[in-house]
Amino acid sequence: MSTNLLRIGCGAGFAGDRWDAAVPVVEALAAAGGPAVLMFETLAERTLALAQLRRRQQPDAGWEPTLDRFVRPVLARCVAAGIPIVGNFGAANPVGAAAVVQGLARELGLGPLRVAVVEGDDLLATLTPDQWAEVLPAGLRGRELVSANAYLGAQEIAAALRAGAQVVVTGRVADPALALGPLIAHFGWAEDDWDRLAAGTMVGHLLECGAQVTGGYFADPGVKDVPDLARVGFPIAEVAADGRCVITKPAGTGGCVTRRTVIEQLLYEIHDPAAYLTPDVVADLTLAEVHEEAADRVALSGVRGHARPPTLKATLCHEGGWLAEGEISYDGAGAAARARLGGDVVAERVRLLGLPVQALRRDLIGVASVFADDAGRWVAPAAQEAEDVRLRVAGATPDRASAEALAREVMALYTCGPAGGGGVRTSVTPRLASDSCYVPRAWLRPGWRFVP
Amino acid sequence: MTRIALHELAHARTGDKGNRSCISLIAYDPAHWPLLVAQVTEARVAELFAHRRPTTVRRYLLPRLQAMNFVLDDVLDGGVNGALNLDAHGKALSSLLLTLVVDPADVAGPPP
Repeated sequence: MSTNLLRIGCGAGFAGDRWDAAVPVVEALAAAGGPAVLMFETLAERTLALAQLRRRQQPDAGWEPTLDRFVRPVLARCVAAGIPIVGNFGAANPVGAAAVVQGLARELGLGPLRVAVVEGDDLLATLTPDQWAEVLPAGLRGRELVSANAYLGAQEIAAALRAGAQVVVTGRVADPALALGPLIAHFGWAEDDWDRLAAGTMVGHLLECGAQVTGGYFADPGVKDVPDLARVGFPIAEVAADGRCVITKPAGTGGCVTRRTVIEQLLYEIHDPAAYLTPDVVADLTLAEVHEEAADRVALSGVRGHARPPTLKATLCHEGGWLAEGEISYDGAGAAARARLGGDVVAERVRLLGLPVQALRRDLIGVASVFADDAGRWVAPAAQEAEDVRLRVAGATPDRASAEALAREVMALYTCGPAGGGGVRTSVTPRLASDSCYVPRAWLRPGWRFVP
Repeated sequence: MTRIALHELAHARTGDKGNRSCISLIAYDPAHWPLLVAQVTEARVAELFAHRRPTTVRRYLLPRLQAMNFVLDDVLDGGVNGALNLDAHGKALSSLLLTLVVDPADVAGPPP
């Protein structure tokens, strides 16, 4: 193929993704021979707040703890083939993550690498009290924030790659920037070349959730069949200088790339398709076209762009009390009625004990659960006589002790509840609540630097 | 004529941002696109999701892709960090949308 293509592979679409997924992607990129980049997306809304909590306890922590598991299988091959790695696994501590990458490189005999970090997303370290007063949502005034991070764009990633970075570690950046940065570096797109920036943003958007564009989150047996899902191949985009791309996947892997898988991912979480807001550009899909070129090769074209927004979105996390959960199974005749009674008993016990439960939810798994809202306002059309039912009780409490007291009430259904209940599991978890705000660009000074 | 569930005519995917759910709906066969436009309206989707008390339901059409995006505000009990739902993201809500019943005889397509 022409060298005027950049191939971008994706090795992870979230922190919980498969550790071995990147291996065939890197093999395919290396075999193709042209310029290529590998990206990892491992930073969900909540992941960063959890990382910030870890960093509070241990100042050199706060990066994605599974970073080593994602990068170890492919680092030597990427270095040998000249494939830079771009990942947001820096989370709350990109410099700490860079140190992990350097340590791994030494261990693998690769010597020190040119590892760059992108910084400047942390608003807690940046904004003045006056600025906070201007942007903080009313409901968060007076609360202590655990984390506050703006979504940075692609320019710092691009600058680091142009300077020769072999690995770029970021904290919070817009997920598509992990691909757009390498495209800007490779093709030299201008900061106001809105159509190309939008096209590159949608390349990143298609890649950022990993297998979600290659047959993951898609299979529906008998309706949407996906071959060999256990070996689903992660995506590779072949991007041309004008921003048009072909989505494909490594030969010999499972899954599929079709018009259907690509359209599902193209529309995923974008809200208004005429105005998909990112830090780098406002992307417009109203004239976008998706064509199957060949088996497992689907082209996207026609993406247009408009000037980027004047503000950057930021996610704010604060402590959100505790979540208590308990489950118990009922089977056979009358199972649904017994499960319902068990839920009623727990609710009554909460009242009798005066537990400070702020919200209590009951699910009858097998009858009605995830379609319902927390108030239980959903009536399953059938299944009222289901005979294999799991009661789940979930409650929000202000503190750990009351969460444990609530979980204990589910446990007590063993002997004090309806007949034949079994298989109790309980857990209590601290919660982080999140909100968002928009910050003027000029308040932030994003930057990048090499970390030895 | 037989009324059928959307599941037979279209596929869907749910995403979320905060307390907002974003559900795509994509026709398997371009010939069914006019039927989806005519029958899978904001009003009918709002009715299907009424128990989740959406404050707004918006539909965005992408005729070139025979696809539409529904954006439902305030339907996730606070979203992934606030809801008590096992599926706090609302990932399953695409399957709820596909239970909507349509009547293929009602709109065969635009007149030639």
